[in-house]
Amino acid sequence: MGIEPSKVYAVWLREVKRYLNSKSRIVGSLGMPLLFLVALGGGLSAMMPESNYQGFILPGIIGMTLLFTSVFSGVSIIWDREFGFLKEMLAAPASRETIVIGRTLGGATTAIIQALLIMVLGIIFTGIAVPSFFNMIGIFAMMVILSCSLVAVGIAFASIIQEVETFQLIMNLLIMPLFFLSNALFPLDKMPDWMHLISQVNPISYAIDGLRILILGTGSFSLIYDFGISLFTLVVAIFAASYLFSKTSI
Amino acid sequence: MSDYAIKVDRLTKKFNGFTAVNGISFAVRKGELFGLLGPNGAGKSTTIYMLTTLLEPNAGMAQVNGFDIVKQAEKVRESIGIVFQDATVDTRLTAYDNLDIHGRLYGMNVDARKTRIQEVLELVELTDWRDKMVKTFSGGMRRRLEIARGLMHTPKILFLDEPTLGLDPQTRRHIWSYIEKLRTQGITIILTTHYLEEADYLCEQVAIIDQGKIVVLDTPRNLKAKMGGSIISIKTRETKKLCELLSKKNMCKDPRISEIEISFKAENGGKLIPKIMEIAQKAGIDVEGIEMHVPSLEDVYIHYTGSKIREEKAGGSEMTAMRRFHGH
Repeated sequence: MGIEPSKVYAVWLREVKRYLNSKSRIVGSLGMPLLFLVALGGGLSAMMPESNYQGFILPGIIGMTLLFTSVFSGVSIIWDREFGFLKEMLAAPASRETIVIGRTLGGATTAIIQALLIMVLGIIFTGIAVPSFFNMIGIFAMMVILSCSLVAVGIAFASIIQEVETFQLIMNLLIMPLFFLSNALFPLDKMPDWMHLISQVNPISYAIDGLRILILGTGSFSLIYDFGISLFTLVVAIFAASYLFSKTSI
Repeated sequence: MSDYAIKVDRLTKKFNGFTAVNGISFAVRKGELFGLLGPNGAGKSTTIYMLTTLLEPNAGMAQVNGFDIVKQAEKVRESIGIVFQDATVDTRLTAYDNLDIHGRLYGMNVDARKTRIQEVLELVELTDWRDKMVKTFSGGMRRRLEIARGLMHTPKILFLDEPTLGLDPQTRRHIWSYIEKLRTQGITIILTTHYLEEADYLCEQVAIIDQGKIVVLDTPRNLKAKMGGSIISIKTRETKKLCELLSKKNMCKDPRISEIEISFKAENGGKLIPKIMEIAQKAGIDVEGIEMHVPSLEDVYIHYTGSKIREEKAGGSEMTAMRRFHGH
């Protein structure tokens, strides 16, 4: 059947309309990242007055926003299965790839809106310099790559684990470790060895490093390297999601 | 062009050793309203899922609108509409968006979508609710929207899986009237239902399916006629004793007995009733009530599928088998 752009658009439209229809969720999901930025960032900054810790974690908090929103969006296929809407999608004359791509782009769109809101609030709050137009394009590109990978990871998980009860499991065993065992909150070179090792195989670290270079001008790796690893992750995630979702059934 | 909308040939589906559908064959003529009846777990939903290409059969084949359900799944999908048993409309979208996104998924262009949304909303009387969020809809309204969505892309065949399940009698009558309107438009309809008066009222052909097999297939009128004569039901506390007495006199054949009621078929029920009363009186059995009725489709159904309790157990096992199967 292949991928049909107009049907990808239909699936995308559904995701975005659903998102825009739940205003309370938009505001609600800004709460946690802001709390991290303000409370954790503010508290630790006071302990280390010479370093701008709050500025340092802003890219990490943007990554966190993308991580939570994207994975949840992908995993929401579980809810669609529970509430029946998945049947409507699977019975439609659209290929599984079409559905996966549409959902991925839809979930990524909502995650990027959230992340951009956090970035604007973060820049105002921490007082760091506004990135140049050229850097903004880079930031946006990295947001697209990271969020698409993460929605795909969510879809892949939702295709294997089908019970709503496992939702919490995904939260605790996937999202939290990906967030805490990365360079989002701590600089790589200051970590204990074991954590340094894990953070280096965590693909999120490279996306956050890329954002950090583009927002603050400093990072652990080169920008090309960060983009390379992130793109590679995206390709793997999309293939995994398409494969696993093609096996899923009503 | 063939006269048949659906042709099913020895279709079989197994879930981990449990045979949900066991080599069924039937055909549905174009424009016909075909009813699929049977206890929970009899294989109705599995049959519908196979015909709508959501499940692949293990053996046998079927053609829907002339397309093979396995080899030409997408052609089948484009030409059918489905109204699922459980609600599948998106509650966080408006009625309009639900229909619009459906239209897009079925490749309809802007103009076609606009015209059709208006038509289907009018049919199910939801025009005033067009831009309201579906989460504010009642169960009956969601069902009506679901029917509207199933019709959105003008399918040639509409599958209705328990369309009136759990609805109040008023809504049910309304849905019946929509279905009747559709029949005048020449759409072939496959209906599964537990409400036998619904099947009797609407369907031209009825197949009763049990344990994965079609036990009987005919028009509701013929099915009832085949039952012959009338049915006598006697309410008493001493069902067994009375039944023995009646059997001795050859007055009741194949009775169904419960703690409080005996019922059986009789050729000339009118003459039999006084005799039954006489026998009961002589034996000192207190008869609380006795009545005679012409067989309904429910009598036909019970005749072919037997007791009511077994059905629910069977339903459980089919669902568990399906869950297990899908859960890998």
